[in-house]
Amino acid sequence: MARLARLALSEEEIETMARELSAVLDHVARIGELDLDGVPPTSHVVELTGALRPDVPRPCLPRELALAQAPSVADGGFLVPSPQA
Amino acid sequence: MSDAEILTLTASEALAAIAAGELAGAEVFGAYRARAERDREAGAEGLNCFTWVAPETGADGSPPRDDSRPLGGLPLAVKDLFCTEGAPSQSGSRTLEGYLPPYTATAVARLTGAGAALLAKTNQDEFAMGSSNENSAFGAVLNPWDRARVPGGSSGGSAAAVAAGLAPWALGTDTGGSIRQPAALCGIVGMKPTYGLVSRYGMIAFASSLDQAGPLTRDVADAALLLSQMVGQDPCDATSLALPEPIGAPSAESLSGVRLGVPSELTGEGVEAGVMEAFKHALDRAQELGAGIEDVKLPHAPHALSAYYVLAPAECSSNLARYDGVRYGLRADTQGDLLEMYTRTRHDGFGAEVKRRIMLGTYALSSGYYDAYYGRAQRVRTKIAEDFQRVFETVDFVVTPTSPTVAFKLGERTADPLSMYLSDYCTVPMSLAGIPALSIPCGLSEGLPVGFQISGPAFSENRMLDAAHALEQALGFDGGGARV
Repeated sequence: MARLARLALSEEEIETMARELSAVLDHVARIGELDLDGVPPTSHVVELTGALRPDVPRPCLPRELALAQAPSVADGGFLVPSPQA
Repeated sequence: MSDAEILTLTASEALAAIAAGELAGAEVFGAYRARAERDREAGAEGLNCFTWVAPETGADGSPPRDDSRPLGGLPLAVKDLFCTEGAPSQSGSRTLEGYLPPYTATAVARLTGAGAALLAKTNQDEFAMGSSNENSAFGAVLNPWDRARVPGGSSGGSAAAVAAGLAPWALGTDTGGSIRQPAALCGIVGMKPTYGLVSRYGMIAFASSLDQAGPLTRDVADAALLLSQMVGQDPCDATSLALPEPIGAPSAESLSGVRLGVPSELTGEGVEAGVMEAFKHALDRAQELGAGIEDVKLPHAPHALSAYYVLAPAECSSNLARYDGVRYGLRADTQGDLLEMYTRTRHDGFGAEVKRRIMLGTYALSSGYYDAYYGRAQRVRTKIAEDFQRVFETVDFVVTPTSPTVAFKLGERTADPLSMYLSDYCTVPMSLAGIPALSIPCGLSEGLPVGFQISGPAFSENRMLDAAHALEQALGFDGGGARV
């Protein structure tokens, strides 16, 4: 699960977290008792129709501003370690 | 006017004095800036409300000279997770330490456009995940009523700052109770509007289908005033909505003809005796003002917390995927490959609670468990919204204690995440239903403030503020004792 979440965890953290998350999941499992057959899911509470705007080009964030907070930059782009370092 | 006199004024009263030419917005800004700066400099001796305080002159935080605008140059404290150009916006996280966003959140831009001056950024639980403000990378905030206790969370810095008179009013956000619960625990007014009323653009996201900005203020009139300048549709947030009518100043003095519903599910087991006593005292006052009190049923409310702790972590696990050390924020120093950079960065940058919720959300969304957790929780959400719709056919508002307990001691619940989550028991159902709810102080228990929560149908803000105002006047709660 930690790998899926892209989180490095120590053995110790894994142990504590497994215990804490089990307690939370036990509580959460109570929703399994409800009869929810035929109930539609709600992902958004307020009725909305698609918010559309005219498809016209407009200026975006200038490159130097977009890069200003980056930990590492090269050739006008974000620099990251190689996937096969 | 002396600084001590300025401190006694609500924001609305200060604006009236400014309009009458008795006071300048810059004077109010100066008085509060000095107080906020002292708290910041006091470190552990202070309340630790702020992560940044505006400089005296010059920089972007300096007060505007135009007092004629609706908010007249009054200072405003803003929760750290709102992006503010030129001021650090860190969402209480090590990951975003020192982060300077390239733009300002719409809610903040609207308020400064209306004449508010950015006074400070307030401390909060990391990425708004917490109910005690103990999850901040920048240290816990202390409750001005009792420094050994938490101010609540996640908008704990905003609530403590307003209660302590370090800011006249503040902006917070509420996902499952993060405005209402700290407002209750600090003895001030806090309001979560209908989902969509305030733009989320520039709010550092936690759970997007629930996050909503709102005011934390000394009284209901101030809450209405601040809210009136924040609301409105925003082309940058496709889920934002236009309010059918503008937010007005509350004026009601009676509750004649108003029907209040008391749900047994949120007023029974788990609510402290002293909290129930203060709640019932407020119900008596409401009855004297002409309100009808009725028992109502929210049969699915006891399951709200379970659904919430699936839905919110699921959304958070997705939203927080962006903190990968590439475009902004912390990057771990590693010699490894790209994947190792991601995992080490996220290990070093996130605190324990954020990691817990990312793990919980990742699990709930994973193939094989999706239907049992996320799918079911979304169906529970439907049932909870239906419960409220049914109840609002017979009553105007649903009222409950805001928090089942008064402010608890620092460290008391950190070892047991579930006990921490339970402090949102009375506020989470309204969040899942997307309806507006506010908390007003209704008395003390063990010398600590108790919050009274009023919730109503979507877009009932004006009626709700009127009812809250009438009750507030009758209760006559005095929060002056917490001002330091």
